[in-house]
Amino acid sequence: MSHRIEPGVNRRQLLLSTTACAALIAEPRLSWAQASSAEAPVTAPVSLIVNGKAHDLTLDTRTTLLDALREHLHLSGTKKGCDHGQCGACTVIVDGRRINSCLTLAVMHQNSEVTTIEGLGSPSGMHPMQAAFVKYDGYQCGYCTPGQVCSAVAVIEEIRAGIPSHVTDDLATPPRPTRLEMRERMSGNICRCGAYSNIADAMAEVAGVPA
Amino acid sequence: MKPFRYERASSPTAAAAAAAASNGAKFIAGGTNLLDLMKLQIEAPVHLIDINGLALDRIEATPEGGLHIGALVRNTDLAADERVRRDYPLLSRALLAGASGQLRNKATTAGNLLQRTRCPYFYDTNMPCNKRMPGSGCSALEGFSRSLAVIGGSEACIATNPSDMAVAMRVLDAAIATVKPDGTTRAIAIADFHRLPGDTPHMETILTSGELITGVTLPKPVGGTHIYRKVRDRASYAFALISVGAIVQKDGTGRVALGGVAHKPWRVEAAEAEMPRGAKAVAARLLADANPTKDNAFKLKLVERTLGSVMTEAKG
Repeated sequence: MSHRIEPGVNRRQLLLSTTACAALIAEPRLSWAQASSAEAPVTAPVSLIVNGKAHDLTLDTRTTLLDALREHLHLSGTKKGCDHGQCGACTVIVDGRRINSCLTLAVMHQNSEVTTIEGLGSPSGMHPMQAAFVKYDGYQCGYCTPGQVCSAVAVIEEIRAGIPSHVTDDLATPPRPTRLEMRERMSGNICRCGAYSNIADAMAEVAGVPA
Repeated sequence: MKPFRYERASSPTAAAAAAAASNGAKFIAGGTNLLDLMKLQIEAPVHLIDINGLALDRIEATPEGGLHIGALVRNTDLAADERVRRDYPLLSRALLAGASGQLRNKATTAGNLLQRTRCPYFYDTNMPCNKRMPGSGCSALEGFSRSLAVIGGSEACIATNPSDMAVAMRVLDAAIATVKPDGTTRAIAIADFHRLPGDTPHMETILTSGELITGVTLPKPVGGTHIYRKVRDRASYAFALISVGAIVQKDGTGRVALGGVAHKPWRVEAAEAEMPRGAKAVAARLLADANPTKDNAFKLKLVERTLGSVMTEAKG
């Protein structure tokens, strides 16, 4: 199969066709794995509240929260980067806390309230952090952006809640939303395009930090 | 990831009994380390016991004037707790020096104590590793060992314990509370909790089959200046090359433990007698039996200098 980019073929279509190709290659190995009854998949029910909407799912116990969101609820805004908790692309907000959705199982989140990038805002009604990312050019390719935005929103809440960080000078006083504080707290979100300084500008505006 | 059965535990004793009854069972709490390893099939439990529903998520004052930290208290909450920040700032500092905000929101106190090494050969399933596959050999001894242990290692393993939190807890003389499948409980001094690798590097703690950590107890605060200094390849979100956790009193006496140098948090109480004589003397005693590789011998000097910096800072 050729992967030459044809005029009119957008990036999403190209990615989808590439994924389909990869799935074909993976198929024989999958069948082989399923042949062993000792390794038969186990399913379990779980109820999630995602962006305010309740979902009852029955999932392979191995399904991460990330895969449940993307593959089962078709909320593909949350991205899979490293799938090992190192890059932060999969960051979502669960019960008010940002976490790596790739490093937790969906079945561990019975009745959890999950907020994904789709729940923060929409193209016609952006969250203030999304608007600030646009204003300050806080991305290039955009792949890490949903995770960056979810993380950034949660970081400002964490500072407001008085949670200290590695760069907080005095543990006895509440942290302030300085640029240094926000940069340290964003270290779990990697951006290969290197939009960091623009992301910091966007966060500073939302947090009301003077330039 | 290999398929596994999943259950939610109803009580600590029931969880322990379920784990002991099933060969290849694991507890899961935060899951940030276990799931990473399961995806790589370094860990392949056939049964997961989710303990998140157990009421082990509180931090409570003890009658002795200390604190009891529930096994499920998240790293973020432990670091942010007002009493910890006031009376045990070393612990807050160590926690905040570790991982990322997302991971600290999930990772638990007990899970942090049980996290596995980040030795590159433990993670590389194409390479021999006695910890991952007992008897297969150690690739690190003749391999890339810059990040690995300089003391307490063996011919079978030179992995390091990656925890920052455990270094602070070692300085603070924490005790680990557990429950066994028959319901009996015990308190394990953190000094005794982690094992040195010897010829069984796959056995990392003294926990017995099914034994579940229910919490960690800190003795009453000892005052002093608390400093956790972590030296790493980047300023945030990286494991330690070495770290120094110290409590220094006004008269120059104190306590110190090291991270990133051994298979467990490294503390030698006898070395602390040297503190009034300065960092060089303390480091010499702490690392007297060091056996570094060519790649990680720099850690000896790094420990001495970091300790010197910490002790200078403590003087104010």
